[in-house]
Amino acid sequence: MAIRQLSVFVENKKGSLHEITDVLAKAGLDLRSMCVADTQNFGIVRIITNDPDKAAKILTDEGHAANIREVAAFAVPDVPGGLAKALNLLETNGENIEYMYALVTSAEGKAYTVMRTDDTARTEALLAANGIEILDEAKL
Amino acid sequence: MEKRKYYQQAIETMPVEEIKRLQSEKLVKQVKHVYEHVPYYRDLMDKKGVKPEDIHGIEDLHKLPFIEKSDLRETYPYGMLAVPLSECVRIQSTSGTTGRRVIAYYTQKDIDLWEDCCARALVAVGADKDDVVQVSYGYGLFTGGAGLNGGSHKVGSLTLPMSSGNTERQLQFMIDLGATVLCCTPSYAAYLGESLKEMGYTPDKIPLKAGIFGAEPWTQEMRRDIEATLGIKAYDIYGLTEISGPGVSYECSEQNGMHICEDHFLAEIINPETGEPLPEGEKGELVFTCLDKEAFPLLRYRTRDICVLTRKPCSCGRTHIRMAKPMGRSDDMMIIRGVNVFPSQIESVLITEGFTSNYEIRLGRVNNSDTFDVYVELPPEQFDDSVKTITAKEKSLAAALRTMLGIGPTVHLVPPKTIARSEGKAKRVIDERKLHD
Repeated sequence: MAIRQLSVFVENKKGSLHEITDVLAKAGLDLRSMCVADTQNFGIVRIITNDPDKAAKILTDEGHAANIREVAAFAVPDVPGGLAKALNLLETNGENIEYMYALVTSAEGKAYTVMRTDDTARTEALLAANGIEILDEAKL
Repeated sequence: MEKRKYYQQAIETMPVEEIKRLQSEKLVKQVKHVYEHVPYYRDLMDKKGVKPEDIHGIEDLHKLPFIEKSDLRETYPYGMLAVPLSECVRIQSTSGTTGRRVIAYYTQKDIDLWEDCCARALVAVGADKDDVVQVSYGYGLFTGGAGLNGGSHKVGSLTLPMSSGNTERQLQFMIDLGATVLCCTPSYAAYLGESLKEMGYTPDKIPLKAGIFGAEPWTQEMRRDIEATLGIKAYDIYGLTEISGPGVSYECSEQNGMHICEDHFLAEIINPETGEPLPEGEKGELVFTCLDKEAFPLLRYRTRDICVLTRKPCSCGRTHIRMAKPMGRSDDMMIIRGVNVFPSQIESVLITEGFTSNYEIRLGRVNNSDTFDVYVELPPEQFDDSVKTITAKEKSLAAALRTMLGIGPTVHLVPPKTIARSEGKAKRVIDERKLHD
């Protein structure tokens, strides 16, 4: 299933994030979630949007390094230990998590999580087999 | 017994008119030697319409064609050799890379005269038979170690052939054996000084009295720092592999300009744009002609160092002309931690490694040591959403640059279009080291 995520390579300096969000806003794109990984020199902005292809094209045309990749998205019960249970499952099965972040949701009682692992399909299969709800783009 | 003031007094204090006469005699012979044995230079002279018999003395020097670094690349590896290889006993080579490497050949006589020059430099800073000379320049292809090592032998000092690196061992020998003269790059001297301080040594606890520091630019401020932390007098030395090595010129007790060993090396200052010789005292590019060397006798070699010469008498008694510290370069060569680096070398690595040539070199100075950072734009198609991939690419590019240059920069990959584009000639280097006074 998986969902497509847009990532953009940016300078770690004032104004970088604004520039990216501004470009996407002008194109009328809706941002569902956003997460920034930063190092001393650069940052990677990861975005879930309603039209990743269009977003990537606009940014690339403007000279940005933008990339689309599939990541796993899933819903866990919004209770203490809800996420810990899913992570425990992944860890015991040797899945390596590169990064993860939360996704804004209006669904009652559920917490949405986006995650990049070494193998998205395998991660999703593992979670699904253990009763965790996997999300696709239509469900966001 | 009173310490000697000069290593070769008659030559070092020879009246200027006599020096010029000697230079003229040697030049006439040398031009003939080169014309007869180096076909490449013979062609250059023929093209210019100059024959050896047109050279009657130093007043005719300007008639000879220049040799540039590109000529040395062109003739690599044997094309500038003026004696049979069987007469050569050693090579030395410039730091750096395949593309720019220069190999210089030496006969035993060439080694002797080079070591004599280093011995003059050592005696000029007060070294004698009783001294312990710690040579912490790199040994090997680099001329620093070999030159000062040989000079120290000639003076009769106890020579510690430390080579560079392994600071702990350097300090142990310096302290235990009571080194009195230190020879290394100025940045390494500063580093050794700081390390001693950290170990709790004050200058009065070590017998070190003088240092000969060269192979990279340094300022008066740095000289004062080194002198204070090590409790010594710090002297400059100049040289280049193409001409022989360190000792082409050196500072005396006056610390006011470097005496060029004029009996061996004839110096000129030219206008780097036109090639016209400039009168004494004017700023221009330094050019050397080797008067005595046999194996690799370059005539009118353009050093690309911008410099001033003076014949003003020096109170040390030496009559040899003095050169100021080089004030810059007439090409884009950078000297980073004692290593010669050209931006074009960095560019070629970037292209080979799949990057564009949008890059910027930033040089800085922290604790008297150079910082070397290279900023490179990541091509959009190489971006794959992972921090790990980017840092891995930075590391592998840094390793490739280290292999090429001999010193390793810190590489920073940056997003496309973040490095400033300028109209016309790109400004690739931002040097904030303030190396020249």
